[in-house]
Amino acid sequence: MTYEILLAGFGGQGVLFAGKLLAYCALFEGKEISWLPSYGPEMRGGKCNCSVCISDEPIGSPKVLEPDLLIALNGPSFEAFVPTVKAGGKVFADSSLIDAACDRTDIDCYMVPATQIADDNNLAKGSNIVLLGKLLAETGLFSTDTVRKALEKNTPASRAHTIDNNMKAIALGMEYQG
Amino acid sequence: MAVVFERPHALCDVRLHYCAGCTHGIIHRLVCEVIDEMGIEGETVGVCPVGCSVFAYNYFNCDMIEAPHGRAPAVATGVKRARPDLNVFTYQGDGDLAAIGTAETVHAATRGENIVVIFVNNTTYGMTGGQMAPTTLPGQVTTTTPYGRDPKANGYPIRVCEMLSTLTGTAYAVRTAVDTVPHIRETKKAIRKAFENQKAGKGFSIVEVLSTCPSNWGMTPKESIKRLQEECMPYYPLGVYKDIDAEGGETK
Amino acid sequence: MEKVLMKGNEALAEAAIRAGCKCFFGYPITPQTELSEYLSKQMPKRGGVFLQAESEVAAINMVLGAAATGTRVMTSSSSPGVSLKSEGISYIAGSDVPAVIINVQRGGPGLGGIQPSQADYWQATKGLGHGDFHLIVLAPSSVQEVVDLVSRAFDLGDQYRVPVMLLSDGLLGQMMEPVSFPEITAKEVDKSDWAANGTKMARKHHIVNSLYIEANDLEDIVKERYARYAVIEAEESDAEAYQTEDADIVVVAYGATSRVVKSAVNKARAEGIKVGMLRPITLWPFPKKQLCAACENAKAVLTVEMSMGQMVDDVKLALECKKPVSFFGRTGGVIPTPAEVYAEIVKLNGGAK
Repeated sequence: MTYEILLAGFGGQGVLFAGKLLAYCALFEGKEISWLPSYGPEMRGGKCNCSVCISDEPIGSPKVLEPDLLIALNGPSFEAFVPTVKAGGKVFADSSLIDAACDRTDIDCYMVPATQIADDNNLAKGSNIVLLGKLLAETGLFSTDTVRKALEKNTPASRAHTIDNNMKAIALGMEYQG
Repeated sequence: MAVVFERPHALCDVRLHYCAGCTHGIIHRLVCEVIDEMGIEGETVGVCPVGCSVFAYNYFNCDMIEAPHGRAPAVATGVKRARPDLNVFTYQGDGDLAAIGTAETVHAATRGENIVVIFVNNTTYGMTGGQMAPTTLPGQVTTTTPYGRDPKANGYPIRVCEMLSTLTGTAYAVRTAVDTVPHIRETKKAIRKAFENQKAGKGFSIVEVLSTCPSNWGMTPKESIKRLQEECMPYYPLGVYKDIDAEGGETK
Repeated sequence: MEKVLMKGNEALAEAAIRAGCKCFFGYPITPQTELSEYLSKQMPKRGGVFLQAESEVAAINMVLGAAATGTRVMTSSSSPGVSLKSEGISYIAGSDVPAVIINVQRGGPGLGGIQPSQADYWQATKGLGHGDFHLIVLAPSSVQEVVDLVSRAFDLGDQYRVPVMLLSDGLLGQMMEPVSFPEITAKEVDKSDWAANGTKMARKHHIVNSLYIEANDLEDIVKERYARYAVIEAEESDAEAYQTEDADIVVVAYGATSRVVKSAVNKARAEGIKVGMLRPITLWPFPKKQLCAACENAKAVLTVEMSMGQMVDDVKLALECKKPVSFFGRTGGVIPTPAEVYAEIVKLNGGAK
């Protein structure tokens, strides 16, 4: 099984971090992985996206052009990338920041008020993780134990307190029924 | 019988290619005497420039590296950083050091790179046949300033020691000459101090030596010494421009 | 062996330290910056030297100086910076000192762009500086291979006293993949007969130099170097053949592009098209034997590059007109897609089924 995942939003929304968590989860489960960020000036305050491929086979092209799974953190990336999602694919989008609706019927689109949920629970800037939680709930890709391990691996000691907050954001995303 | 004069061991027993009356030979000898007296030949690496002293690697008995034009301070930096235990010096002319290699010179100085730079300033490109150098004096006729250097068109000569003395990383910047015996003695003292600075880890030391080029100046050796004294020295005053040993790192 | 996730640039830096690299001299440029930043953090802690030079020109000459002392030394840059380094690389080659040079390629010419590119193939394999000389050029296609080739680069450089370039690109540099670091034992090479590291008053002085004023002397030196190049060509060329045994169509691609091609080959194979890929790992020496063997039964050869077509010249030269060679490429930082390459394969196979 191969998953091609695209995460997209503005710089600063934690696009790369959420992608990294997915990549580390896959690492802990012995999968083949690639993680490819957009880079350079386009990352500075502008659009930001990240391709993650997870497979049992060696990864060919690491750049995700037709994602199986899309996490869209803002309107522009929703509009740009929803049309590229493979038929049968899934979209996880932050409805707090995105007005548009999904006009495709061949994909599943989960609109989650992720920013609202994060803000309501004192988890500012946690919208990326809330959406990640929803993705995990709908795909069953990784267990919460694996996610915790990935968080521990990617959180410096000085910010260890954020691990529980992020796990809470994962749980909120998983629980959300829109 | 007592030996009163001999070739320093650090100077190879070969015929130098320099023109008659050129002062490179004197300066080579002074560097070698210092290396001998400090007993550091076996732990010294020299870096040659491109220019008249391009073959200097054949004249110094220590290990030698030939650098691209102007890059000797960068090559010396590589040697010194890789092997801080070695004494490293560059031997460069004015075109090499103050034109094409200005960036390498200035940045080696500002890093306080712990090396010695011997800078031979004869106000012309000797090897290529007497073209304008960054240190060519206003009015000086060269093959590329046939009507004399016009500052309006060609800019002004660079005073290297003055410029480098403004940098915190420079430990020692001195201008000397080899026109007279007392000046030759002072030059040797300056070279010795520069090498001692390196031993003590004090940083970047540059000894600028005003030199002649009888061939390209179109003068006899004697006339060229006279020109050095009458035309070059007023524009390039001799003296210590920076010495961190002096009180407060005094700048002239 | 434990696998970790690392960016290609960081993995390269770590691998260099493990391969015994003691000095790094560089100048910042996108998209290789993580490499320098990693080394700036690690080198001081691990007994090495990191120095940010005032320019690429100075950096490569610092490499020359350190290399002349017999120290393992590396520099890295990206395309425009490598152009600036070409003077020093020519001197390094002409002085017969080993050094490793990294090019994380971006689009060109001029300031070009910062997205991945392979438009420096000609520069790396044919023209990195003036004069008669070659560099060994290695081209990894995964983060793991970046790690594996770095230590090979240092070993080859020491063994043959030549500069070695590792030709990466923005894609390989920026992507993360699982990687493990094998136990590395650097080849012990005796440098005592040429290194400029002090005579200790026990031998004649060593001169590290590329100047030979007598034409006959210079010719002799260059010919001696070319004799070494002949050994390198005979011994060191390397390539990966992927499903070429029964291939009617062989696609030739290196580096990041080969990953895109592999995806396209897999798709075409699933459709029953007999297609394979030959991936040069050494770009110089170019793996002529491996290419000819892979193409023996092929009816068509396709070269795919992130350029307007540079390696394709070497493919044609190696095949000596025995096979039709076509080209597909994207340039300027655009990465070809597997679908585009698949379409080219279908075309060569006689059109859509």
